[in-house]
Amino acid sequence: MTHLPDILGRIDTLWPRALARAGERVQLMEICGTHTVAVSRGGLRDLLPGPLRLVSGPGCPVCVTDQTYVDQAIHLAGERDVIVATYGDMVRVPGREGSLEQARSAGAAVEVIYAAHEAVELARRKAPRQVVFLAIGFETTAPATALALRQARAGRVSNFSVFSAHKLVLPAMHALLDQEDVRIDGFLCPGHVSVIIGYRAYEPIVRKHLRPCVVAGFDDEQILAGIAEILRQLAEAAPAAASVYPVVKADGNPQARQVIEETFRVADAPWRALGVIPSSGLDLAEEYAEFDTARRFELPQVESYEPPGCRCGDVICGRCLPRDCPLFANPCTPRDPVGPCMVSSEGACAAHYKYHRPETGKTNDAT
Amino acid sequence: MCLAIPARIESIEGERATVNLAGTKADVVVTLTPEAGVGDWVLIHAGYAITIVTEEDARETFALLRQIADLDADDPPA
Amino acid sequence: MTAELIAEVILPAIGGQDATALTDAAEVAWGADRVVFTTDSYVVQPLEFAGGDIGKLAVCGTVNDLAVAAARPVALSMSLVLEEGLEIELLRRVLVSAGEAARRAGVTIVTGDTKVIDRRGEPGMTINTAGIGAPLPGGEVGFRHVGAGDALVLTGPLGLHGLAVMCRRKGLSIASSLESDCQAIHELTAALLEALGPRVHWMRDPTRGGLAATLVDLAQATGRNVEVRQRAIPTDPAATVAAEMLGLDLLNVANEGRLVAVVEAAAAEQAVNILAAHEAAPAPVIIGNVGEATDMPLVEMVTAAGGRRIVQMPYGEDLPRIC
Repeated sequence: MTHLPDILGRIDTLWPRALARAGERVQLMEICGTHTVAVSRGGLRDLLPGPLRLVSGPGCPVCVTDQTYVDQAIHLAGERDVIVATYGDMVRVPGREGSLEQARSAGAAVEVIYAAHEAVELARRKAPRQVVFLAIGFETTAPATALALRQARAGRVSNFSVFSAHKLVLPAMHALLDQEDVRIDGFLCPGHVSVIIGYRAYEPIVRKHLRPCVVAGFDDEQILAGIAEILRQLAEAAPAAASVYPVVKADGNPQARQVIEETFRVADAPWRALGVIPSSGLDLAEEYAEFDTARRFELPQVESYEPPGCRCGDVICGRCLPRDCPLFANPCTPRDPVGPCMVSSEGACAAHYKYHRPETGKTNDAT
Repeated sequence: MCLAIPARIESIEGERATVNLAGTKADVVVTLTPEAGVGDWVLIHAGYAITIVTEEDARETFALLRQIADLDADDPPA
Repeated sequence: MTAELIAEVILPAIGGQDATALTDAAEVAWGADRVVFTTDSYVVQPLEFAGGDIGKLAVCGTVNDLAVAAARPVALSMSLVLEEGLEIELLRRVLVSAGEAARRAGVTIVTGDTKVIDRRGEPGMTINTAGIGAPLPGGEVGFRHVGAGDALVLTGPLGLHGLAVMCRRKGLSIASSLESDCQAIHELTAALLEALGPRVHWMRDPTRGGLAATLVDLAQATGRNVEVRQRAIPTDPAATVAAEMLGLDLLNVANEGRLVAVVEAAAAEQAVNILAAHEAAPAPVIIGNVGEATDMPLVEMVTAAGGRRIVQMPYGEDLPRIC
């Protein structure tokens, strides 16, 4: 049943039983930045029961990227004969001395690309200048980076390197659940990460923490169907790893996973607000060391920091809503962002600012 | 980063394919979907096909496709 | 940033104008005569794109500014700033295009200027067009005429121009059948004014910043809430797909051939029927209404799912240089 009224009907029917088991409210976390935006842009909160609260998780690749990485990327952009190739989202993230966009206005070479292979092609065209590719994202974009590395090696594009900040979703979910002050009754799992890793990847979360983990796609019907399935699992006290998104298979895409395994090695990684999470990031494997930006360049050891007052970290942990941050909307806006959650196209703060009423947030929030 | 969208493979050349969605074509890498052939639908994310989908599943889960009137447009409108 | 520059530096320096009254065209009077006067500069890259080029854009854009100011476009000036190295054939093509656009719009390019400067990167050109128009009888448009309950009418699908330009930018591996909607809309505005006169309260051609920018301007200048319905907005399949591929919201993408008209509620159906008779309005429809005056005017959209979201002024990466 994919018809919107049918799905809403199902939610209405399941809700009382789910609530009865949960207590006075149900709080679900959507991990993926694209889900965050889709929920706000679709006005979906208005369609959900009052005490059902949706919070964002650490699913916006830019938002979870440690501040040190941002500053190092901006430093690289300022180097002579270095061109930084990046997905659009990173361009306006504020670093200690301004953003990549500001560096670009001051003369740095920063190119926005739409696909990882474009960075390799750029390197070919611009040789001998160095092209550094800012490889951010979760398991969805890691295979693309891996293929770009293969492409560079096969084509002997020696002026190309990858600055990896790829992260893995599962370790972050475990880390979140270990934080005792955040209530998460269930997870709406990312659609396209799950295309790669498969929905069975969430079984460890279900086994250890007994929370529903449901994968959904991105249009309105898909998101609401995912929520309905979570409510069903809560109502029946039967948490499971499941998917309402038929493009996601139980075991994902084996080719993509293999390409990741061959090109990267799992390493500890620093996450904004969550600190260093063991085995949560992807570094380039030894075989590809010659393409590793971190080994090719002398990177400044910048200490990480949070801008004073900024609660991006709490927002991405589901500890607060964007409007609970003292800087929200004043002075932190998409035009003048303080933290990445406001500047990223997938950031929770940007989504709330862009799509919700300023005073109430119209978030249908019962608390 | 952009959403993934479904599109139909129109032609394949080595690791690359031209996909078509209602007359808009894109050039994508198909290394991650080696089993996909001409006429198959794939899900494209940031320039790469990440999985094969059936046209039926695509229609059901992407409002985008339900909005577009003519799914079989191979040629741009005159 | 441009808005601040205008308010804080430019206006105080040149003296006079209240920033909130600033519109794209001005009415200048002397004796018993009045003329509507406007100017605009065009810096689009690339210079040629599907459905148009900088020449056609420069003519239609200025004709449209006159048209939505309730004037009959009469004459244009055209100043060219050409960068050294610009291909002569390209220049010829865009000027022929400008000439054709002027002929179709019934205006004459009566004066102009040409300068050549050193190239800055890819050789390009800037065109400035200034235009004069004769105020149409019965035309009384302006923010002050907009009232609660007024209907918003839109003439066709969104985003075609901005997307067509983006798809031509190098580096983008998308080939689209999309064509810019670049066209003159003076016949639409004249038809509305002739039939409805002062029942047409306000008009705008939504260019850079898309429909979103136009609606936010309307809300802020009138101090009234504006509500639109997503399901009412006409769509174009190629535009929908391209926007999805590029991660853009069509509300924020530029148009160069659309009209938004705010008309008295009772005249809305008639307005739609009048527009429907013109090719320049492929899908005229009522998309929303103007609401009550309020301290914090907002533009709100009823989403396809039936929820609500705010429409904000677009900024940043949403706005590539397209005009």
